[in-house]
Amino acid sequence: MTRPTARQRVVSRGASGALLALLLLPLLLLIGSPPASAVDTLCLPGPDKACIAGTLRTDAGVLPDVTLTITDEAGTVTEVTTSETGKWNLQVDKEGTYVVKLDESTLPKDLTVDTGEVTVQAKFGATVPALLTVRTADYSASTSKFDELLQSSVNGIRLGLLLALASVGLSLIYGTTGLSNFAHAEQVTLGGMLGYWLVNLHSMNLWLGGVLVVLLCSGTGWLQDRALWQPLRRRGLGLIQLMIVTIGLSLALQYTFQLLVGARTVRVVQENPAVSEFGPVTITHQSLVAMGISIVVLAAVGYALLRTRIGRATRAVSDNPALASASGIDTDRVIRLVWTVAMGLAGLSGLLYALVVNGIKWDSGMQILLLLFAAVTLGGLGTAFGALIGALIIGLVVELSPVLGMPGDFKYATAMLILILLLLVRPQGLLGKAQRVG
Amino acid sequence: MDNIQYILNGMMREALSPQTAAVAIAVIGLNIHFGYTGLINIGQSAFMLLGAYGFAIAIWHGLPMIVGILLGFGAAFVFALVLGAPTLKLRGDYLAIVTISAAEIIRYVGRSSLLTDFTGSAQGIPGSQYRDPFTGLSFFGGGSFTLIPFNYADVADGAAWVRLLGWLLAIVSIAALVYVLRSGDRFSGGARKGLVVLLVVWIVLLLLFLFPVANQRTGVNGWWVRFIAWSLVLLCSFLVYLLVSSPWGRLLRGIREDEDAVRSLGKNVFAIKMQALVIGGLFGALGGMMYVLPASVQPDSMGRSLTFFCYTALLLGGAATIFGPVLGSVIFFAARIGIKYTAAAYVPDSVLNGQQTEQFSYIVVGVALMLIVIFRPQGILGNKRELQFNV
Amino acid sequence: MSDATISPSGLADPAARAALVAGFDAVPGAPKPDPILVVDNIVRQFGGMTAVDVQHLEVQRGIITALIGPNGAGKTTFFNLVTGFDRATTAGKGAHWSFDGRTLDKTSASSVAKAGMVRTFQLTKALNAMTVIDNMMLGAQGQVGENLLRSVFRPAWRDQEREVEAKADELLQRFKLYEKKYDYAGSLSGGQRKLLEMARALMSDPKMIMLDEPMAGVNPALTQSLLGHIQALRDEGMTVLFVEHDMHVVRHISDWVAVMAEGRLVAEGPADTVMSNPAVIDAYLGAHHDTDLGDDSLLSDEVLEELAEEVAAEDAEREAEEQAEGLR
Repeated sequence: MTRPTARQRVVSRGASGALLALLLLPLLLLIGSPPASAVDTLCLPGPDKACIAGTLRTDAGVLPDVTLTITDEAGTVTEVTTSETGKWNLQVDKEGTYVVKLDESTLPKDLTVDTGEVTVQAKFGATVPALLTVRTADYSASTSKFDELLQSSVNGIRLGLLLALASVGLSLIYGTTGLSNFAHAEQVTLGGMLGYWLVNLHSMNLWLGGVLVVLLCSGTGWLQDRALWQPLRRRGLGLIQLMIVTIGLSLALQYTFQLLVGARTVRVVQENPAVSEFGPVTITHQSLVAMGISIVVLAAVGYALLRTRIGRATRAVSDNPALASASGIDTDRVIRLVWTVAMGLAGLSGLLYALVVNGIKWDSGMQILLLLFAAVTLGGLGTAFGALIGALIIGLVVELSPVLGMPGDFKYATAMLILILLLLVRPQGLLGKAQRVG
Repeated sequence: MDNIQYILNGMMREALSPQTAAVAIAVIGLNIHFGYTGLINIGQSAFMLLGAYGFAIAIWHGLPMIVGILLGFGAAFVFALVLGAPTLKLRGDYLAIVTISAAEIIRYVGRSSLLTDFTGSAQGIPGSQYRDPFTGLSFFGGGSFTLIPFNYADVADGAAWVRLLGWLLAIVSIAALVYVLRSGDRFSGGARKGLVVLLVVWIVLLLLFLFPVANQRTGVNGWWVRFIAWSLVLLCSFLVYLLVSSPWGRLLRGIREDEDAVRSLGKNVFAIKMQALVIGGLFGALGGMMYVLPASVQPDSMGRSLTFFCYTALLLGGAATIFGPVLGSVIFFAARIGIKYTAAAYVPDSVLNGQQTEQFSYIVVGVALMLIVIFRPQGILGNKRELQFNV
Repeated sequence: MSDATISPSGLADPAARAALVAGFDAVPGAPKPDPILVVDNIVRQFGGMTAVDVQHLEVQRGIITALIGPNGAGKTTFFNLVTGFDRATTAGKGAHWSFDGRTLDKTSASSVAKAGMVRTFQLTKALNAMTVIDNMMLGAQGQVGENLLRSVFRPAWRDQEREVEAKADELLQRFKLYEKKYDYAGSLSGGQRKLLEMARALMSDPKMIMLDEPMAGVNPALTQSLLGHIQALRDEGMTVLFVEHDMHVVRHISDWVAVMAEGRLVAEGPADTVMSNPAVIDAYLGAHHDTDLGDDSLLSDEVLEELAEEVAAEDAEREAEEQAEGLR
């Protein structure tokens, strides 16, 4: 099937509205160098104009050059064609019912139509989306509920492992310093962005680039603690003040990314990933490797925490900094190490995330942050192993809830709901110690 | 000269804009949470969004405005209860995590295409759908009006020396105000208060003389909505003054300091924290309604960034003070526009283009927030001894 | 039960108090003629470790009772359990406590205080960023102005506020803090903060005041005046229960002493006799006090490990106590 290249695929995930496109458009023109034909035409609803719009895509990518027919109440038929980014829209000047139908003959061959016809209600001053769903043939309508469940579980574990990489670090920082680091998410974004910079822009070997990304991120962690957090701890800044500092840092970093890269989604590698099939489960090779790396790294962190001297020291500082300090542990050194490792892990998580979901953008990290916090709180604030379990649970919840009937838009909400319910019955989290909560 | 006049005019316009007032109201609410009670609510934008949705959706669907207002408040009320119930008995971080997450959830849900008929999904609800009942109440009449009608342009045709002289005078006046405020006991209580009021009025008039603002009397973004918005700011500030100078306010400050101590004195700390969360949230909802009146309900414009703006404004003005939120909001928005316009005017496009000046201003906001917290946590008006942010 | 008829003011007389306590059995959990606080079956476990396991304790009305014990004995945890700052593991499963004739089986810290049992903290919780007078006025009960809806109507609470302030002034004068009325509590010395905390507790007109290590961190000059204040409270009819490990203090002012060790109540009795109780000596010096440390055979690895374990367990418990106390 024909697939647009990454540069053309400057579509923000989940945000397909014409208005957002309007916001993005100048940026795309300025920063990217997309072929002129990729520019979407816009439809702006007005007081006596309504828009019908949508994006045609499969689980593998967007579908350009597909024809749709739109029929109004009077029976007038209008044809529209999807753009390079899979988008289509139509401005109408009558309110009422419109039927949007997909012309299957214009679809690439190996695709199956799930919903080929929808009826929408146009309203002045608004853009109504018409959701048509198309799937790749191997992901066909014959997919049973069970198979779907299996596929989502695998996706959930994949997401969970990536979240775990970042949340273990978040949890360790919380444990050793008491700080809820809101800028952790930007470190995740940084990992993906550095990957884009090294591997995509400077055509570095992916493995070499990956190692370099992790090292660079660890370096920023070391530097952050050296230049910012340690001096602030010495100054005796309260935890709440420190937390607000992390919020300011997060805001500054986010917009630095946007300033440098723009609001588009960037990819680490250009090629389309190869895919393997295990029975009903389809998974990209990159995902497999990412999961493997995650498991190895998490196991290594776990081993280090449990079996090495420095790991035990870390846990001691986590349990009781004053006591650890009194028994001769250099807490500053432990905290420095924790920052370094945590930022490296977050960077790795971001890089793998960018590879697995095919791109990263300036606020990807912030979207993940919610899941990270949910994971860390679920597991018990400050417990590294709790964070691991929490991350897996959150990953599964997010990926499985749409299969189990939750509308896709609400999958993050499900994770939140679970968190709130858990806080009501077991505030210390799954693995937290009861007395840790005041 | 004209560049500077243009930048300063822009800052003045932004300082008086109804959205600045709206954010000030939300910051007043946040001040109850964070400044007085020590609750770390990082989801004030969600209270605003809920207030805006309640207001706009009701009117859009043909209900009277009063129902919309009540619906907005109701949504914020329920939201506060839902967030507070599981977290207010726990350490402060939990509230922070739950509020920031819940705020994002509200935004995602608002953007959901399933709710297009209610929230307008990602496109939001255009202002034209809900604004009319409000503008219909206006008694300002039509046409446009310049505040203040007599301004620099009327003196020697706005020659450069008039303006320079005026700017100099403004700088001197502000310096004098700062001097009086910091002089401590040099002036007796009554004389000092009088002097401060006099100086503030004089500075405002002088600034308006130098940077007159022209707007429609009623229109979409005219003086009517400005008048209501800033009146509400004053009203809210007065209400907060009454609240925090009462024994209830004393309880809030006690809880901020050490809730166990307050608990040991037989006070129901959970209930009081909940009350504070709800009250601050209701201010947030009111702010949200004002925020969308001159614009449209856009879930994406009321996300995390807005909450962070609220924090920056609050800390800039001074947490746990009555006028800190107002002063902070005005300075914050004026300064942000100032940075943006200055960057646009003096930094070549090859370094920062139009879109990037906007992003640059956000970066400055983030860095400013860090610097304020580190070096001047009490902000402009705050009392250093009172604001050590005990954990 | 004739003792119960003794009027509170009658207990200001040392002889009357001596006669009263002479009638008590000097055994752990002894019954008292007029107990203001009775607790049963209070157990608190942290993880697998039992920090507190008190089967029965009665506190006599109108006298000063001291609760003593070595470090890590569970005194502060017990205090927290009784005052609602911690939840007993047995809560709802047989734990029972009654105060002044009322049952308080499931209570929050605030309702315990409302019932008339007010406590202070080992690490003073003066509200440092508030003025002394604000601290004091926070202590008063039943303030109309603390109701959210009425708080905005000044006339609704103005008169009461004046009364509360007058009462606070009186207490400040008594505790010699009046000159500091408008100072921030944070600017006071450690001892003054202890006094302030006590005065603030008194603002609520408690029936019983519970002091957690009132002498910790107080300079010697103030100690005497603090002790005087505590005795004066008793002489006015207040019941005092305090945790202390300075035996001087205990001997000097307490009428009755309860001793805790390893979470249990091991002895009770008058101050001068309880210290000779073998259980108490054991508790303070450890079970090993009678073994000769010069004996080389004791230096075997097993014994040393055993000792190390004991020390570790004590440390862990102290830590747990500190955490439970809300050292967040």
